[in-house]
Amino acid sequence: MPPDVAQELTPQNYKTDEHPIWCPGCGDFGVLASLYQSLAKLQIHSKDLVVVAGIGCSGRTPGFVKSYGFHVVHGRVLPVALGVKLANPKLTVVGVGGDGDGFAIGGGHIPHAARRNFDIAYLVMDNATYGLTKGQYSPTAPKGFQAGSTPYGNIEKPLNPLAMLIAYGATFVARGYSGKPKELADLITRAIEHKGFAFIDIISPCITFYNTYKVIPPKLAEVPHEHDVTDRAKAFELTLLDDKVYLGVFYQVQEPTFEDGVAQVIKTAQASSRPRLEEIFAEFS
Amino acid sequence: MTDCVFRVGGEGGEGVISTGELLTMALARSGYEIYTFRTYPAEIKGGHANYQVRASDRLLLSQGDQLDVLVAFNEEAYQKHIRDLRSGGVFVYDTDSFAPSSADSDSAILYGIPLTSLATEKVGVKLTKNIVALGVLSALFDIPREKFEELLKERFGRKGEAVVQKNLQALRVGFDYGKGEQKRDAIRLGLGPRQAKELILSGNESLALGAIASGLKLYFGYPITPATDIMEFLAKELPKIGGFVVQTEDEISAIGGVLGASFAGTKAMTATSGPGFSLMTEMLGLAEMSETPAVIIDVQRVGPSTGMPTKTEQADLYSAVYGGHGSCPRVVMALTSVEDCFYGIMRAFNIAEQFQMPVVVLSDQYLGHRKATVPKPDPSQVPIITRRMPTPEELHAYKRYRLTPEGISPMSVPGMEGGYYVAEGLEHDEIGYPAASNHENHLHMTRKRYTKFHAVEAIANDLVRQYGVEHPEIGIVSWGSTEGVVREAVQIAVDKGYSVGALHPKILYPQPLARLRQFMEGTKAVIIPELNFTGQFATLLRKRFTIDFVQLNKTTGLPFSPQEIVNKIEEVANDAARRGARTHAAKL
Repeated sequence: MPPDVAQELTPQNYKTDEHPIWCPGCGDFGVLASLYQSLAKLQIHSKDLVVVAGIGCSGRTPGFVKSYGFHVVHGRVLPVALGVKLANPKLTVVGVGGDGDGFAIGGGHIPHAARRNFDIAYLVMDNATYGLTKGQYSPTAPKGFQAGSTPYGNIEKPLNPLAMLIAYGATFVARGYSGKPKELADLITRAIEHKGFAFIDIISPCITFYNTYKVIPPKLAEVPHEHDVTDRAKAFELTLLDDKVYLGVFYQVQEPTFEDGVAQVIKTAQASSRPRLEEIFAEFS
Repeated sequence: MTDCVFRVGGEGGEGVISTGELLTMALARSGYEIYTFRTYPAEIKGGHANYQVRASDRLLLSQGDQLDVLVAFNEEAYQKHIRDLRSGGVFVYDTDSFAPSSADSDSAILYGIPLTSLATEKVGVKLTKNIVALGVLSALFDIPREKFEELLKERFGRKGEAVVQKNLQALRVGFDYGKGEQKRDAIRLGLGPRQAKELILSGNESLALGAIASGLKLYFGYPITPATDIMEFLAKELPKIGGFVVQTEDEISAIGGVLGASFAGTKAMTATSGPGFSLMTEMLGLAEMSETPAVIIDVQRVGPSTGMPTKTEQADLYSAVYGGHGSCPRVVMALTSVEDCFYGIMRAFNIAEQFQMPVVVLSDQYLGHRKATVPKPDPSQVPIITRRMPTPEELHAYKRYRLTPEGISPMSVPGMEGGYYVAEGLEHDEIGYPAASNHENHLHMTRKRYTKFHAVEAIANDLVRQYGVEHPEIGIVSWGSTEGVVREAVQIAVDKGYSVGALHPKILYPQPLARLRQFMEGTKAVIIPELNFTGQFATLLRKRFTIDFVQLNKTTGLPFSPQEIVNKIEEVANDAARRGARTHAAKL
């Protein structure tokens, strides 16, 4: 590892000795490269960065980023990230996971993370499949998806992550694509800079079990320039259009963060009294 | 000597619990040791509720056995509790509600009071009948009236002067009526000997205070009976010292928040009850594998499943010790008394920090919800221990999970330059890199984690209380909230001439094997009383000792009474005498 010196940080500075275990051609390589770019752009020191990850191929990300990391259990990225952020709000906290980790087993945490609006960037590497268990359908897989657990085709309809996050009250909702690392790096930068809960659904194809590299690119389009990112209803509408796969920021507003709320509660409580344990004891005598 | 057990019973929502609380506070402020027991319905309105308080001028160890005074607001309370009244005890009841049978009229001293009509006619508010009843009790048993007046002013002050005056009037109406009754019993309390240096705390409050004394800053939890009041207490107190309580979306999130906060260097905890603890087992394993300090409290209630949410049991021990997959090194402690809740939680934080592993702390409804007078806690009795941090040299080629003789590795926190690592849920090497295919490494790392676990045994051997005869013929090994009841029973049995002693470990996993072995050697029989059906602690001990333990199990949702333990001691003593001396060799 290079020594920590007060000089300009480059993407190289965030690499570790651990080599990604992903299949050659995996979309997650693109996401990782974009993350390095973004961290360098923001000059975030490794000591102030925590990457919290779930289970799945994407869950291995913390090991590849020179920073503090927590590789938690399946689906629990957001609860652990909340604990880290509240313990030390000065840290930059990035949550990473896959679509199964985030939307299936961890789906119950998303509404609450979104409405709390605590200040993290949550990157979901969405490949519509469970790559690490060899290709079963995930919550974002299309109807008819045929794999090990759906030999006759998937009979469930896919969920719409962007619509879901906008509905739940997330204050930054975007979509990126691992095949466009420059644009993705820009989105990640904006997500980290955003004060509040920032979510990016990143299309990151699984080259081994659900290769969409040929299907996706023709459908890609930029979020229209005239789109007003503060218009929640319009943003929601944009998520429902399925003729194109729009990339970019769908929705972004500034609202007080959870940490702001905590600070306010502490201020209110301390304005009335600031007891030491002795004084709390006195309440019970 | 004063030792008086009161019980108040009636419909939930008609002021039974607040009557009990006010009586308790008045007795405590009059200078008595108090010990309460409450059981209440799972419904918010309706159902049967009762509140028991024992008052004495000496140290109290249990809620007591038979009642000296029973107060019944309705017939159901009378029917449910009259059998618990001692012969010659006092029965106070509402004559507007029912009339007791003639048999009960003969065996008890009766004070029939028209509580409802006094409240409606003399006070003008029916709801004040419980305050009228307190006035009656104050007059009958000479409990200083000014203590009640003081409490009513404190309790109702926020609702305005008119409400305070109505309640004071109700108290006076009851008091005057009580004074008019001809005194036919011998209970007279007056002022007791207690010094004002004590606090009146519930187990849950004591625990929350101990956590604050340990340096707690973040609490994550989901509401669940009977643990919720820990969260509510801390929600009010923690912000005053710069901390916060997060009400999470479920118990999985609660323990997740604790692990995240602890990883980032802040003291955090969560408290729950059985159903929530079942969910938390998911991330207990992560705390073990990633070696993240964590304190998890389980205020046990009756299970399995939703069970009996407002009743007490000690049946989560297996779950605490064994819940989870893989080889799981965690420490399990049990709190024993309201006072012990304060120091116990401080020790739990110390063990979690020192050994970088989760500590599960068992309390229960009986302990969490009862109030007792306790000497003002002194946090300096348990000096705070914090995790071992890396030295500047160790940060050079930092190895978070470095193998050391004691199994403990230096733990950096985010913000430290050079201390980068991934807290790993996958099996990992010394650096923290995943090593999911390295078979030798898994053995070394598992051994490392268990080295820490076994080191806790020395602490467990120090955290043992022993009562009664030092080398008894009949030994009792008990755990958790039964401590006081067992201690009182041992005193009674020793006074009767039995050779009885009790050992009460506070750390249940790992067990204090040296102390247990020492204690049980030479006994003719060992009784293990537990509030569960199968004898969970007895089963754990059978793995270590070849003793034919005598189990005493109670599974009614209620705590033991001292008499139940004494009965078992006598039964075992008679049985042993019949069969002649048996010997038990401890398995070494």
